[in-house]
Formats: sequence, structure tokens, C-alpha cells
Amino acid sequence: MTVLECKNVSIRYKTGDLQSIGLKDYVVRKLSGKYKVEEFWADRNVTFSLEKGDMLGIVGTNGAGKSTLLKAITGIMVPTEGQVVTRGNIAALLELASGFDPELTVRENTFLRGALLGYTRKFIEEKYEEIIAFAELEDFQNHMFKQLSSGMKSRLAFSIACLVNPDILILDEVLSVGDEAFKDKSAQKIKNILAKGVTGILVSHSVQQVRNLCNKCLWLDHGQQIAFGATAPICSAYSTYLFTPREKRRLPANKEELKKISDRFRIAWRLGEKERAARTNPPGESETDRVYRLLCAVDAMPPAERAAAERELNIK
Amino acid sequence: MLEKLKKNRFLFEELVKRDFKKKYKRTVLGMLWSLLAPLLNVLILMFVFVNIFGRTQDHFIIYIFCGTLVMSFYTEATQGCMRALMANASIFTKVNVPKYLFLLSKTFQALINFALTTIIFILFCIFDHIQFGFHMLSLLYPVLCLLVFSFGVGMVLSALFVFFRDVEYLYSIFLTLLNYVSAIFYPVTIMPENLRSIFYLNPVYVYIFYFRCVVIDGFVPSLIIHILAAAYALIALLAGCLLYKKCNNEFLYYV
Repeated sequence: MTVLECKNVSIRYKTGDLQSIGLKDYVVRKLSGKYKVEEFWADRNVTFSLEKGDMLGIVGTNGAGKSTLLKAITGIMVPTEGQVVTRGNIAALLELASGFDPELTVRENTFLRGALLGYTRKFIEEKYEEIIAFAELEDFQNHMFKQLSSGMKSRLAFSIACLVNPDILILDEVLSVGDEAFKDKSAQKIKNILAKGVTGILVSHSVQQVRNLCNKCLWLDHGQQIAFGATAPICSAYSTYLFTPREKRRLPANKEELKKISDRFRIAWRLGEKERAARTNPPGESETDRVYRLLCAVDAMPPAERAAAERELNIK
Repeated sequence: MLEKLKKNRFLFEELVKRDFKKKYKRTVLGMLWSLLAPLLNVLILMFVFVNIFGRTQDHFIIYIFCGTLVMSFYTEATQGCMRALMANASIFTKVNVPKYLFLLSKTFQALINFALTTIIFILFCIFDHIQFGFHMLSLLYPVLCLLVFSFGVGMVLSALFVFFRDVEYLYSIFLTLLNYVSAIFYPVTIMPENLRSIFYLNPVYVYIFYFRCVVIDGFVPSLIIHILAAAYALIALLAGCLLYKKCNNEFLYYV
């Protein structure tokens, strides 16, 4: 069953004079024709659909339009073109601590957040103990929210969003909160939720995290949809893109290219593993330099050797 | 809208609770201020106008009190609404919630204050030998109209406030002006008879007039006043709703 569908979603974002000027400047600039509103497409023709139980990872460099797309999915923004169709209720965690009131207690904030996410009082009352226990905030229930540490705040936000049984769960850079123990616990929780058939969307700058948690992946770059599909090849291609020096970066134009780039990355990865096992890697080399050097090594392989390596990949 | 409102009841309650708690946070007297503030206010007006200006009109205190009662509700509700949208920007840019609820919460807040002030008002009425009767129940009508009117004006103001922060300063000046033209502490008889109907162009005055008619003069005003009171309220509400319908997706870019 399709739970979420984005059809040719395009969002035009406005910036410029409108945020910074007052009434006087507005009138003056309007009259003198200097009033400038810059518009750009934050997202352009993004199309994908998710089935029940899918976990989508959205990757892309800063300013790719990831958060804007999430805003369209949650209904905070209306797409300029195209449409978003969702089935079921959405719990979105966009920028964790926002929406909490620093002057209210943890208990009051929990109820407020529950209400904001669209649940009933009865439901939150039932879930309250569980939420606090998961966030490990039993001793802080009557503390003012501003007295909590930033890790605690994020933990609370995470717990509320996860324990309220959403149909669609949206996580924007939230799995990097809390200490290591909580990170493990939250990753485990996400897996449990997905096993129950909840559809999830994860925005993360950690490609490793996307690989571990997601079965589908969407790559955005400057608002353009570069690829959508199975996680592994897209993550490999995206990693290649990230580890390549800026001036040499190239985006894949189609699926075949993506597959080639992904294979190249995987061969390079193999080389890296062999190198590490043999301890022949140069000391003090940064991760980026190392991966890029390996990628270049793959390019420098004799054709026969490379073909053999590719065959080996496809067998596995 | 009613269906939606029912669905959002929990959120509305939580918002009211939040605004209420924040309002009296770190005050010693807390809610008592809602009783004390209007009491002291009226006592000052009483001192100024009775002792210094020597006004001796019948029920003059009640006359003033009717004015300040309506005016203070209007001021609190509209100013609260005006700032409510911006104050909750961090919420509505991250979570999809109906924005009017923030304003509704502020209006409700003002209504609670209004109810508390009414207690003081009733005490003054008893003290001033005002005749109580069933005709007093008709006061629910102007209160309802005033509520809708203030909410509508608040919607318009809050939308404008998102676009231009100047609105806050302009509006506070406007409120001072409104205070003087609403015949709060002077009788309308200071205006020549043929110009007096100008007062009815001022919605706030209409509501004050209704109150004075019922409380001081002891009769329910004519049908035309009822129509006027409702018309102003509905026009304000309509303007607010239309503006919100038009700008609902624009607010995001301006905060």
C-alpha cells in the first residue's frame, strides 16, 4: 500500500527584502522599483513513493532542499507545483527542540508536544510514563525545560515522536542526539518501529546511518532529484561525490551512470580493505584523501583487472 | 470549522494552559493581578474625574467602568493576538498546526481576564445601587459580539504584524486614539446633537453603549444597535479569515 507519494513536487522559495525591511523601506522600495524578492527552486520535480514499512533516507549536500521537501511532506509548506499525497498521521521531528517552551516543565511540554502532533489527551496520558521512561527523564519531570541539557531535550523530543505510534515518522538529523548509549537505543527503537510497519523518512548527513537503517534512498542536489531507489548504489554514488574534490565532482545523469559510479566505489572500497589488512596505507592520511586516492587507483586499473573486479562484485 | 475545532480541542486547551501559566509566571500575586489591576485602574479614574474634575453625573463610576471593561478586553485580546502568530513562529514553521489556534488561545485568555474584571464590576454595581434584573442577561450578546470582533481584528493585525513589525507601534498609537474617541470618560453630549451619530461608526463604542444602556439605564437597546454590533463583528471576522486564507502559506517566508 502506498503511504506517501510525491508527484513532481516543486517548491519555490522566497528570500530577499521581504524578511528584513519595515513598512517605510517597503513603501520606498516599492515606489522606486527597488523591491527585490529572490526566488529559487528549493526543490524541482521530486517524484517518489513509499510503501508501508519503507524507510527512506534522504541524502544531499547542504542546501540540497532536504528540509524544504520535509516541510512539504508534513504540510507546513504547500508545493508550488505538483502534489504530496499522504495516508495516515505524520509525526515529524524537524529541528528537535523547537516548539518546546523553555518556561514550562517537562511534563507540560510533553502534553503540549503531544497536542501539537495531533493526539488526544487520553492517549498522551496513557503514554506519558513510557515516554518519560524512554527519555530517561524520571527525575526531571517537574523541571523547567530550559534547565535541561541539550541532550535531554533532544531525548524527550525523540521519545515523544516515537512512542505516539505515527503512521509516518519523519526524522531530520535526530539520530545523532544523546550519548552513545542513547544513540544505540534510539536506532534500535527506529528499527522496531519500522518492523511494525511504520513508514519513515530519515534525513542524515551520515551515509553510514542511511545504509544501516534505510531500504530506499533519495539523493537531492540543489533541488534536483539525482536518484531514487535502493539504498546501496545511491549511497555509494553519493559517497563518491562527497569524497571527490569539488572541482572534479560530477552528478550521475542516469541509472547506468549511477551503477558505474557505485561499482567504482565498491571496488575502491575493496582495495581499501585489502590495503588496511596489509597495512600498506600511508600513515596520517585523511579519510577524504584516502578514498579519493583509492577511487583514482580504480580508474588507473588495467581494463582486464577492472572487469575482473566488477565481475567479482556482481557475484557477491 | 466546528469539526476541526473539536479535533483541535486538546491542543487549544494546552495552548491556553501554557499562555496562562506563562502570564503569571514569577509574580507573587499571580491571578490576583487580574482582579487588582482593573480595581486600581478604576480607582485612579474615579479619583481623577470625581475629585479633581468634580464630575457628579449619576452613576459616573459605572459609566467609566463600562468603558474600561470593554476597552481593556478589546486591547488585551487584539494586542495578544497581534503578537501571538510571531511568538509561535518556531512552532508553526516546524509542525503543521492550524495557526488561528494561537490567536484563539490569546482571545480566550483575555476573556478569562474579562470575567475576573466583571466580578469587580458587579461589586461596584452593588455599591452604586444599580438595579439588577433579567435584562442583564442580554449583556451576553455584546460580549459575544465583542469576542468575535476582537478575534477578527486580531487576525488581521497578526497577519500584518508578520509582514511589518511597524504594526505594533502604529497600533499602540491607534489604541490611544481609540481610548479618547470611544467616550470612555466623557459623555457623548459634549458633541453637538447632529454629529453624535459619528460615535456609532466606532465598533468599540457600540459595545460600550450597549453595556451602559443595560447596566445604567436598565433597558435593552434597539434592534439597530444589535444589528450594528453583529455586523461589525462579522465584518472583522470575515476580513480576518479572508486574509488568513490568502496568506496562510506566505507567513513562513517572513518570520
